[in-house]
Amino acid sequence: MMMRITAAVFAMALAIPATADVDIQEITSPGGLTSWLVEEPAIPFIALEVRFKGGGSLDLPGKRGAISLMTSLLEEGAADLDARGFARAKEGMAASFGYSVSDDGLTVTARFLTENSDDAVDLLRNSLVAPRFDEEAVERVRQQLLSNIRSDDKDPDTLARRAFDVMAYGAEHPYGSSIDGTAESITGLTRDDLITAHRNLLVKDRVDIGVVGDIDPEALGAMLDKLLGDLPTGGAALPSKVDVSIKGGVTVVPYDTPQSVAIFGHSGIDRDDDDFFAAFLLNHVLGAGGFESRLMTEVREKRGLTYGVYSYLAPKDFAATYQGSVASQNDRIGEAITVIGDEWRKIATDGVTAKELADAKLFLTGAYPLRFDGNSNIASILVGMQSQDLPIDYIATRNDKVNAVTMEDVTRVAKRIYQPENLHFVVVGKPVGLSTSAGN
Amino acid sequence: MLRQPLLALAVTISATAVAVTAKANDLVTNFTLDNGMDVVVVEDHRAPVVQHMVWYRAGSADEPVGQSGVAHFLEHLLFKATDTLEAGEFSSVVAANGGRDNAFTSYDYTAYFQRVAADRLGLMMQMEADRMKNIRLTEADILTERDVILEERNQRTENNPRALFGEQLNAAQYLNHRYGVPIIGWRHEMETLSLEDALDFYGIHYSPNNAILVVSGDVTPDEVRALANKHYGPIPANPDLPERFRSQEPPQNAERRVIFRDPRVATEYLSRSYIAPERDAGAQEKAAALRILAELLGGGTTSYLTEKLQFDTQTAVYNGAFYGGTSLDDTTFDLIIVPQPGVTLEDAEAALDAAIVSFIEDGVDVDALERIKMQVRASEIYARDNADGVARRYGQALTTGLTVADVNEWPELLQAVTEEDILNAARAVFRKETSVTGYLKKALEATQ
Repeated sequence: MMMRITAAVFAMALAIPATADVDIQEITSPGGLTSWLVEEPAIPFIALEVRFKGGGSLDLPGKRGAISLMTSLLEEGAADLDARGFARAKEGMAASFGYSVSDDGLTVTARFLTENSDDAVDLLRNSLVAPRFDEEAVERVRQQLLSNIRSDDKDPDTLARRAFDVMAYGAEHPYGSSIDGTAESITGLTRDDLITAHRNLLVKDRVDIGVVGDIDPEALGAMLDKLLGDLPTGGAALPSKVDVSIKGGVTVVPYDTPQSVAIFGHSGIDRDDDDFFAAFLLNHVLGAGGFESRLMTEVREKRGLTYGVYSYLAPKDFAATYQGSVASQNDRIGEAITVIGDEWRKIATDGVTAKELADAKLFLTGAYPLRFDGNSNIASILVGMQSQDLPIDYIATRNDKVNAVTMEDVTRVAKRIYQPENLHFVVVGKPVGLSTSAGN
Repeated sequence: MLRQPLLALAVTISATAVAVTAKANDLVTNFTLDNGMDVVVVEDHRAPVVQHMVWYRAGSADEPVGQSGVAHFLEHLLFKATDTLEAGEFSSVVAANGGRDNAFTSYDYTAYFQRVAADRLGLMMQMEADRMKNIRLTEADILTERDVILEERNQRTENNPRALFGEQLNAAQYLNHRYGVPIIGWRHEMETLSLEDALDFYGIHYSPNNAILVVSGDVTPDEVRALANKHYGPIPANPDLPERFRSQEPPQNAERRVIFRDPRVATEYLSRSYIAPERDAGAQEKAAALRILAELLGGGTTSYLTEKLQFDTQTAVYNGAFYGGTSLDDTTFDLIIVPQPGVTLEDAEAALDAAIVSFIEDGVDVDALERIKMQVRASEIYARDNADGVARRYGQALTTGLTVADVNEWPELLQAVTEEDILNAARAVFRKETSVTGYLKKALEATQ
């Protein structure tokens, strides 16, 4: 059978991107807690996400990993229930709770049925407000964390991450070390350290909340007060800002494995910078993911040097970097790095073409509404917007901001953000023909 | 095996269930085109988005001997040129429309999908129908893309002792079935895959009567029917489509033990697998009992093994029990235990075996069974928030010998599982002579 995919068909198909029709309300509870809400009564359940600002960066000196261990223990017994009692109660309601922590935030996700939402919120509340930190649970979870750390010690990706982070942020800043701590630091933590970590991070004046599902504003207000109203205010001091300074070069971390893993990068751009959207578009062209990015085309499609190569803007709350990653067999990683370096120079000097910019805009504006699929995903987006101080009508204006970026903007911003002379590669493996050179 | 690595692969095809008021099945319509292409539509009109998938009843277990990895290799090559599209143009067009595309290969299926705005569905079908028959490959494509899949193997397997261990376990588990060969292929065979190998596999397996179209999202069955008839309808069925036949397992009479050592191992652990029946069309009861058994034994903090190995004794840091069940031929029931420091693999194994014996002796904890059934019921409500997940459920089932009716019936079968069913399933599956026990170990210390 014959196929004719003509230009006319494409032109038609490119007409109008879908729009995300998300009606967000800002709800303030009687107790003064603020949440963003999207009512979705079609399915009888509620998705909720709560994020406590600060995350693992609030670890006290000498107590690295305390917040990570504390986070893992929130669901291991609370109020009058021990770990098993808590798990049985949660399973009996078919609720699911998740607790995770990153450098900048501790995120709690929950999903529960409308029919038992009161009981589910009680249970979730206890895990946040009244975790027990029973000795049995502390020791059990401590061993799990230690096991993870031992695995990380032999994982090439983790080794690359650690080496890059200490170079980028310095060993003194929390960003420069693993959020899970070391075997030594974890072994030394006491129950009091966990109580302190909890007190320092789970405070109700540093929280962002997103709720999507079968609940109305009034019921949500009461739910918020029940869930978080008993938390204290005033957490530990947030970390200081890092002025990232990376010098070009290569750092080889010797490790006996067939495929070398590389993380590369230099300083980046803040999320609230006026040039962020231009940088975002530039990065899409260079290496943000699709098969059509320059890095994928040059490193994978043309030369078969890797399964995947990516670049990404990595703005954290207190530092900004521009990073990428690639993995190639030991005897081919050198060539992959050369090609990536060439692409970095090329985009810094020549920017991108008008067609590349137009294609990037089409993709990013078209893809945006596709993110809003599922109540939990939307709750997460609501929290992300608040934690970045974006306005509540941001969703409606975001694509306009993407489309407002001009060729002049990207040409100027390319020269600003790409620093080929400072691009540093951390390589873990037995790379042929590469050795540690210059820079940091 | 994915054509492109994802940061987080959302393939949670969970066990699912009935709730009297809200079935995920209610969203589903199915029909068949005149050329034999099956179609499943999962409606979700909350956002103007669709996912378009085409699943082929062809996976790595359908490959010819000596060509392991060719199904996955071909999956990569389907993104190269066709009569009307240049290499890479398929993905570029999807991206230019704000969409994302990818593909994946398993033992029993290969699937291609795009997520796009709902009004682009026709364009996706036009392009997917095109590459069902019209790919045009060059020798240069073969050489470059073969390097890519070898790097994919490096990344997934060669760089990861746990994955290498898993390959050896599977190879020991299956005496005669292709499930013993890795989906991505053995390296020495991947290195020899040719243009002819890829095109042969394509010619045999890629046709509408061997494919299932699964569309989920903001679309009606009538719209899908009209578009599918327009784009896929004109492709003739392959009259020579072979019946799927793989060499089957003989009786397994010998307990097998695998010891894998690698200096990159940080945490030693034990893996145990048993041959187990899969879900069969019209006869899924045993599989349903095995699914519940896996939950009772290894599903988290309240499970039996966790109770015995982490609470009553401090034997394990982690333990688990797994049973997928959705496969064309015999599958496995898997157990894993990561011992506490100071506990040997031998002691951990003894504790695991003792726990299995006592589980059968103790009988089923009725409260635990009720909690699991409650979660199964609820998962049907939660599934309605994830039409794409429901869509994958049907794609997977229909490529592994099940019917839409089987998928619809599955939740009720899970609810109907009794304590006696579970114990019978446990007695039937936990037979040492069908098992493989693996130790993943650190390298031997150099002699002093």
